[in-house]
Amino acid sequence: MDVNVEAKRILAVSISKLYASRTQRGGLRLHRSLLLSLVMRSARDIYHSSRESEAPIAAAPEEPMDTSSRAEEQTQLPEPESEPQPVANGAEAASEVSDSREEESDGETTEDKENVSPTRQSRKRRGKASAAPDFLPSKRARLEPGEERYAAPLGSCRTMAGESLTTLSLNRVIPAF
Amino acid sequence: MGEDTDATPTLNHHGFLPDHNYVTEADIISTVEFNHTGELLATGDKGGRVVIFQREPESQTEPFSQGEYNVYSTFQSHEPEFDYLKSLEIEEKINKIRWLPQQNAAHFLLSTNDKTVKLWKVSERDKRPEGYNLKDEEGRIKDLSTVTSLQVPVLKPVDLMVEVSPRRVFANAHTYHINSISVNSDYETYMSADDLRINLWHLDITDRSFNIVDIKPANMEDLTEVITAAEFHPHHCNLFVYSSSKGTLRLCDMREAALCDKHSKLFEEPEDPSAHSFFSEIISSVSDVKFSHSGRYLLTRDYLTAKVWDLNMESKPLETYQVHDYLRSKLCSLYENDCIFDKFECAWNGSDSVIMTGAYNNFFRMFDRNTKRDVTLEASRESSKPRAVLKPRRVCAAGGKRRKDDISVDSLDFTKKILHTAWHPTENIIAIAATNNLYIFQDKLSSEMH
Repeated sequence: MDVNVEAKRILAVSISKLYASRTQRGGLRLHRSLLLSLVMRSARDIYHSSRESEAPIAAAPEEPMDTSSRAEEQTQLPEPESEPQPVANGAEAASEVSDSREEESDGETTEDKENVSPTRQSRKRRGKASAAPDFLPSKRARLEPGEERYAAPLGSCRTMAGESLTTLSLNRVIPAF
Repeated sequence: MGEDTDATPTLNHHGFLPDHNYVTEADIISTVEFNHTGELLATGDKGGRVVIFQREPESQTEPFSQGEYNVYSTFQSHEPEFDYLKSLEIEEKINKIRWLPQQNAAHFLLSTNDKTVKLWKVSERDKRPEGYNLKDEEGRIKDLSTVTSLQVPVLKPVDLMVEVSPRRVFANAHTYHINSISVNSDYETYMSADDLRINLWHLDITDRSFNIVDIKPANMEDLTEVITAAEFHPHHCNLFVYSSSKGTLRLCDMREAALCDKHSKLFEEPEDPSAHSFFSEIISSVSDVKFSHSGRYLLTRDYLTAKVWDLNMESKPLETYQVHDYLRSKLCSLYENDCIFDKFECAWNGSDSVIMTGAYNNFFRMFDRNTKRDVTLEASRESSKPRAVLKPRRVCAAGGKRRKDDISVDSLDFTKKILHTAWHPTENIIAIAATNNLYIFQDKLSSEMH
């Protein structure tokens, strides 16, 4: 579907712009970040609504993505797709840096989404919607042959469903000041 | 209207290599502003410098060199700074310059970067006192035993010197990036606006300011719009307007309350649902707002259009002008190359009959509100031989070239953008900033307003 393809592309472009803006001279521009997040929000809405509607049809192409993610998930605590992680990490890092900049330290009552316990919402939507958004480059760590994966400690796991990841990143973009 | 426009020689801002397309980023002009009489024209650049041009008085002997602008003064207004607390570099780029109305021999202007506003005094010195009794020519104290008689120091003419000195520094009042400054008609106060707040200052007081607008939400995650521009009414010192990223304008009255969070009037055009796209919000963000000289109208610029609003009608603009509607189908590419974030300014002519704004490919557009005619002109070296008449340009859809000089949408150079333009307050003289070059065009046929 054309709109879906375009939505994916726009999301990918937006994320890279978000990254780039963090290193811009003069600091993060609030207006620009706001506009970026608005575009990302509409693109994400279109993307997910069209994904929902075409979910049964797209079952087959999704499998290769899923098996790779599932294989890794067997060996360690459920970990959501790492592709969106850099986004959330980036936005979160930006917000961490900026939390110290924020003049009102109590200004945000944001949920502490990163440290949600694994039982909450982590099993939700294990189907297609939580599979790796395929517009993002795969940044999944790959095991070299001969290496073993160790079970990661609880605290370092990001345990969110795919959809709420982008929600997190969008909402955190703005408080990044 | 503006068709027969002569070009004065291109005034190159800071030197350039003519054979190369090399542009030092610091030389990129970031603001242009005439003073209230039009005698002086100030430009600010990304490197924090201000260059002031002065119009030569018309001379009888050389009738064609009348009214040319030459460099009057250059100074460094802002330097790059570092905010250690937030680990942020503060750019030295001059975002806006506003002149104060002239009250004595000196000229005053306000210049601002992202965080700090400065008041500069520009004065001339063309005489020098000579013949001091206690000091010699070099200023050294004389040996009193050598002084045998007293003399009265006399003023001797010297070569004109223009001195610039910072008189006030208004700092530490903005958390976010300053986008506008506007001098009040009371000539005592001015305002500075950043993304979320507007502060009112007294020109003589630098250690405090009053916050008059604050749209910061309690929870930043709820942020939906920012302030993009603000301006005082030209005659009513209690009224000002500010524009938002959502495309709305708010007129505020300072008499109503100390904090003008509640607007007196809200100007908003409902969005056309059929035109909705991913980028609807970005292109509806207002990049500039200007009161007409009469104070009756507002001119706003968003990405694709310029709109004239009547202060008495909040529901929709009086007039809408398409600046470059051929870009509407290209918004996705313009988003990718960042052009969709460009902030174009707009300007009124002295009689409020013509509006002007910039576009891409070094084109700028003028719309005559009365005749409804519009023209597209180009600010470029080739088209700007002195005394040359500017040729109107036309942009046509891809593959639809009708005339020789037409340019197709796909050949537009999006790196050549005219964001900053200014119109002389009374005459048909315009200043166009094209990246690092400043072009000044005069309409020789009719110098008076019509």
